[in-house]
Amino acid sequence: MIADWLERKEVCICAGSGGVGKTTTSAAIALGMAARGGKVAVVTIDPARRLASSLGLAELGGEERRVAVDVEGELWAMMLDAKRTFDDLIEWHAPDERTRDAVLGNRIYQELSNAVAGSQEYMAMEKLHELHQEGRYDLLVLDTPPTRNALDFLDAPRRLSEFIDSRSFRVLAAPSRMGLKVLGHGTGVALSLLKRATGIDVLRDLGEFFRSFGGMTDGMRERAGRVSELLADSRTAFVLVTSPRRDALEEAAFFHRRLVDAGLPFAGVVANRVHQAGGPTDPAELVELLGEPLARKVLRTYDEERRLAERDRLNLAELRSRLGRKPMIEVPHLHDDVHDLDGLRQMDEFLFGVRPGSIGRRPRPSPSRRTR
Amino acid sequence: MAPLLDRRLIVVTGKGGVGKTTVAAALGLLAARRGHRTVVCEVAEQERLAALFGVAGVGHLERELAPGLHAVSVQPERAKEEWLRHQLKSSTLAGVLGGSRLFQYLTAAAPGLSELVTIGKVWDLAQLDRRTGGTVFDLAIVDAPSTGHGLAMLRAPGTYASVARVGPVSRQAGIIDSFLRDPSSTAVLVVALAEEMPVSETIDFERRLADELGVAVERVVVNGVYPRRFTGEEAERLRSLDGRGSPAARPALRAALAEHERARGQRAQLGRLRRHVQAPVSTLPYLFDPEIGRQQVERLANELERRL
Repeated sequence: MIADWLERKEVCICAGSGGVGKTTTSAAIALGMAARGGKVAVVTIDPARRLASSLGLAELGGEERRVAVDVEGELWAMMLDAKRTFDDLIEWHAPDERTRDAVLGNRIYQELSNAVAGSQEYMAMEKLHELHQEGRYDLLVLDTPPTRNALDFLDAPRRLSEFIDSRSFRVLAAPSRMGLKVLGHGTGVALSLLKRATGIDVLRDLGEFFRSFGGMTDGMRERAGRVSELLADSRTAFVLVTSPRRDALEEAAFFHRRLVDAGLPFAGVVANRVHQAGGPTDPAELVELLGEPLARKVLRTYDEERRLAERDRLNLAELRSRLGRKPMIEVPHLHDDVHDLDGLRQMDEFLFGVRPGSIGRRPRPSPSRRTR
Repeated sequence: MAPLLDRRLIVVTGKGGVGKTTVAAALGLLAARRGHRTVVCEVAEQERLAALFGVAGVGHLERELAPGLHAVSVQPERAKEEWLRHQLKSSTLAGVLGGSRLFQYLTAAAPGLSELVTIGKVWDLAQLDRRTGGTVFDLAIVDAPSTGHGLAMLRAPGTYASVARVGPVSRQAGIIDSFLRDPSSTAVLVVALAEEMPVSETIDFERRLADELGVAVERVVVNGVYPRRFTGEEAERLRSLDGRGSPAARPALRAALAEHERARGQRAQLGRLRRHVQAPVSTLPYLFDPEIGRQQVERLANELERRL
């Protein structure tokens, strides 16, 4: 079960499409591992208020907070603030105060740093890397943002370094005649057309932004490289979260292929909200027990449940056949949707296979302590 | 205020996995039945709409799914090209710029640009005088990204209008921004489920939409609501039988009780939603069909007809 998937792992990344219970699953994994003696931090993005408050995250910004829950280890949680992480990153990499203020005060940065394509995804990775470097936890569980494309975040570090290395970036950061020549013939034409099409003086407005950014590129590129390394590290585990619905499964299958192709450490699939039903029932007996009208309603309900269970079984079997030897855990459709510690404990039984109380304390894996 | 289907654009958003595409399709079908020439736009490059209607991918050009109901899957790259052609009034020049490495790098990195050209394309589809030519529609329905990203998309024109300050981008972004904020042209509809997280996100979205764009949510549609099948008395009766009956009867009793509990949980969430949002709330029934296809969308369109 999950505990085996995460043996000797320091980072667990939960990925999947929206609405499949990713935030909840991340929290349940973190709670479960903490219940088994680990010092665990769950990094989540914009959880629903009740889940947040049940985790002690109500009035929290980007700081980790210890969750007040009686477990053998420790459960910490934090909510990610993409804008703030971005600001922190600028502060961290800026060579001097002047550069820092120039970037933070730049209109383009202010207007758009929150909306930067993939910035939330990249910042999630960045924060993860930072926490991992600090080495204060045995395990970090990341709830990835619900991107339009669930895979965006995998590309975010690479896209950032590619852009920093691109000639466009250099030209924009140092726009001179020489710079334009580097880009080849036609670039001057392209720039003037761009000005005509957009009305924005690219060289002036964006140039100023990229110029002030220029001093930090080495640090950021190196950092993006290390974030990529962390994703591929054998101490990392990707857990794919899905529901048995067709659209979610299709995305899960696609995601799985991408992880395998990219050589990233895929651990297994958690399928949430799986309808489960028993075999055929005995209508005559139900009528006898309940009387005709109520028995009819019960029969109808049970019939519907069984049809959904059959659909889920078939859908999941198809996904399973694509996973090869990688495991899948099914979490049944629980009575209420899961949004508090009680609900998380209920999930624990399915994710970990046994109740935490029945397990002895596991020796803690030695935390990695490396200096920045 | 004009009835919902008499607007030019309906933006359908909501938390991931709540059934936005299905509701957008049902709404489109309903509008088409009433004689509005309608186009439903997908922006996530997933082409779920085509799958719902059992046809191959629709692509960037409008395609008719049912009488009067068209679909289009907006591709940012293509939308960018169309925009360049329109701006430069020349395909040749657009080709020169669009093909330059500088432009490609820049647009790939430019924050929010993809959102801007996407919403720009959606806006164009909702115009009586379309700048890209093509079919004129009475109504465009956009199957928007989930709440957070949906809000970013709605904000993009305003942001660009203020960043660009002057020039054609600023002017056009300003026009799109005003169109989105004008309640006689545009309505924002939020799809939710009667569950904790989607309800919280809907409440939060309504507040942010008002704060950040000054726009009110037109209506909340709660999808997948279970029927109120058992009375409290009947549930009591089922509970009292716990552990009784043969092994064949027990799972049926348990399933009935479980669904009763889920339905009760939903009603509590529905109550919370109604207490905390300003917009009117409509519900759609849970469909127990194994898969959602054209027939199910037709049924939801019937339900919407009764409830809107």
